[in-house]
Amino acid sequence: MTRTDQWKLLGVLLATALSVWYLFPSWQFYQLPAAQRSGPGSAPGMSQLRKKAIHLGLDLQGGMHLVLEVDRSRMTAGAAKDAVDRAMEVLRSRIDQFGVAEPLIQREGEDRIVIQLPGLTERERALELIGKTALLEFKLVRTSDEAKNVFDRLDAFLAARGGAAGLDTALRRTPLSAHFLSLSSSAFIRQEDLPVARRLLATPGVDSIVPGDSQLQWGDANQTMQGVTGQELYVLKREPEMTGGSIATADAQIGLKSTNPGAWGVSMKLTATGRADFARVTGNNVNRQLAIVLDGTVQSAPVINERIPSGDASITGNFTAESARDLAIVLRAGALPAPVHIIEERSVGPSLGSDSIKDGVRAGIIGAALVVVFMLVYYQLSGVIAIVAMVLNIFYLLACMAGLGSTLTLPGLAGIVLTIGMAVDANVLIFERIREELRNQRSVRQSVELGYNRAFRTILDAHVTTIISALFLFQFGTGPIKGFAITLVVGLIANMFTAVLFTRMIFDFMLGRGKVERLSI
Amino acid sequence: MLQMLIGTNIPFMRYRRIAYVFSGALIVATAVWLAVHGGPRYGVDFTGGTLLQVRVSRELPADDVRHAIDAAGFHGAELQQMTGQSRNEYLVRLKQGDGQDPYERIAAAVKTRFPDVTVERRRTETVGPRIGNELRQKAVWAVLGSLAGILLYVGIRYEFKFALGAVVALFHDVFITLGMLCFTGREVSLTVVAALLTIAGYSINDTIVVFDRIRERSRALRKETHSRAMDIAVNETLSRTMITSLTVMLTALALFIWGGEVLRDFSFAMLVGVGFGTYSSVYVASALALDIWIAIDRRKGIKAE
Repeated sequence: MTRTDQWKLLGVLLATALSVWYLFPSWQFYQLPAAQRSGPGSAPGMSQLRKKAIHLGLDLQGGMHLVLEVDRSRMTAGAAKDAVDRAMEVLRSRIDQFGVAEPLIQREGEDRIVIQLPGLTERERALELIGKTALLEFKLVRTSDEAKNVFDRLDAFLAARGGAAGLDTALRRTPLSAHFLSLSSSAFIRQEDLPVARRLLATPGVDSIVPGDSQLQWGDANQTMQGVTGQELYVLKREPEMTGGSIATADAQIGLKSTNPGAWGVSMKLTATGRADFARVTGNNVNRQLAIVLDGTVQSAPVINERIPSGDASITGNFTAESARDLAIVLRAGALPAPVHIIEERSVGPSLGSDSIKDGVRAGIIGAALVVVFMLVYYQLSGVIAIVAMVLNIFYLLACMAGLGSTLTLPGLAGIVLTIGMAVDANVLIFERIREELRNQRSVRQSVELGYNRAFRTILDAHVTTIISALFLFQFGTGPIKGFAITLVVGLIANMFTAVLFTRMIFDFMLGRGKVERLSI
Repeated sequence: MLQMLIGTNIPFMRYRRIAYVFSGALIVATAVWLAVHGGPRYGVDFTGGTLLQVRVSRELPADDVRHAIDAAGFHGAELQQMTGQSRNEYLVRLKQGDGQDPYERIAAAVKTRFPDVTVERRRTETVGPRIGNELRQKAVWAVLGSLAGILLYVGIRYEFKFALGAVVALFHDVFITLGMLCFTGREVSLTVVAALLTIAGYSINDTIVVFDRIRERSRALRKETHSRAMDIAVNETLSRTMITSLTVMLTALALFIWGGEVLRDFSFAMLVGVGFGTYSSVYVASALALDIWIAIDRRKGIKAE
């Protein structure tokens, strides 16, 4: 064995040992039952192990990929500047409390946020939790007289516009309030009348009729009053008395409402300053109603019976245990500085993910088997060498992915399967070249030498062109496509090592020092 | 020793005009198709919209599912029943919606029509129109960029005539693969673009093998006519061209047949692309390089043929 051979051998052994080192955690991790793997890092070693194992893309393990856009159109330049960062902060806190293993929250570009929630099965809840602005405001409800005044003015305005011409006198003279089932400090409108009422309120000019310090605001949908389903319309003081910023803690709780003790709601404790404000507001407005407004919807509007110094407030309404818990989470995490819109969603159910793995692995095994049979039949013993090199190639590729912490996606899995076919290409080029030299009556040793030297340049050029397009692919692609580009590039680089250096070493060992007459190729 | 395609002496270049007609016809057919349909059938990745993959507990006739979706109020929806073992799965494509998730309504409509089945959401992809536009632009740039990158690399490593031939061949492979996707009613999605780019990088490999051979043997081939020299190079490298393509085709075929529904369009593109890549390394890249070579020498006043 020459000195260079020794170095080569050392290199191969080292690379293999390193690969085993990097792949061992993956082997350990994916040996575990699925339930244990997807648990949110309860066991101490688990999150460490998960980090070291090859990451599966959302398309393989199931989960949710979201791109949010922070709507800064209605913000001042100053507030807009760090709005995205603040939104990320809030979202991170919400998602952490929701309990997802290994979430990813990342800024993308100017005003976008990418969120990845692996293994998530409760899609609707997650969307609700992330998409909610959670702007909580406490606003005074106008008295019945004030409300009546506003609605009368609206009726007069709408009647003059002839918004609802018809035979019915009531409809003609009071187009809006004719739809009211009842009117005190809020108006109750039947479900079937809602579209008409909404259309009337959307009439241009309505805003200028409502006094500037007041505003109209809808209550929660699907309320019942006297056995009728509908929705309430409130007249509120525009300026909020307090906002959600003064909430210290929020918890889902049962029995907050004396009239319905089984119902879920959210109880809040206010911060010290919030407590003082709340005491002042409640003290000044005894016997008036204080509306609790969440994202522009009045959740409830309890009457203030007395000054409340304790700083306890609560939200009641149509809640289930789950939705109360989620609301408590978003209130604790705070409001988003601006509304967010979900502009891209890719959710893969866990069953589809595992099916994709199964299909991909099956295709890989069959594809590998076909290639192996061909190489064995066509190149015999040399074929065995090429196959060992191909197996090593895939092994190194997986180890690199684990070591680099890159993600294996479904297209990436396809990339590995294709790599099986491409991995032997370099050896085919070399072997064909060796055969050619043998046909030209060169000795075995000389043929091998020439075969490797002459095929090298071709192999290099071929690899470089594929890597060029893979780099553009990486630049262009979203997650899964990036995963494909990575497997392609890493696979080809590993291929230079296994198909050229490693197989050459094996040939050198086989040929040894003695004279070799025949080569099984 | 098992051998194939060794010592062949096929006069490839003599038939190159036939190949030009064949390739030209395919390219024209693709171009016409694209012009008539206003571009390829883009997936939701590029158009924006929603793609739902739902699984029903038993296979239902596609028409019945279509009626159910219609009943749910989604009149513009496209329905596709999956094949093979996934015949009880359906892909529903919707154009830009109102931001509402269509799944619940569709599932309810299916269950009303068939009370005994259960419906499962397998995949949801919703892409906003702006993202779709961005992705489409990025995809075009990525394809053009990688073609330019390869042209640059090949241009540095090889003579101009070869580089030009190689890149035209590349364009040919990618374009005809796109055409085959269109003709078979497949969609161009992100993964399909990934396949097209991979084809761009891979299909040039065979061409490189042939060109390397010409360069290596240029001294020995100097006495031959240009077309004879090209034929010799192609014939001498024929076995390796075919075998390297074969091994990749085997894996692409395995992906196509057994790799599952999600990858089918990807592996279809790979199969077609690698196939045309093999053909084009002989009949587009080499043949074009030959004609450019002849033209250049004619201009220089050297008799080439």
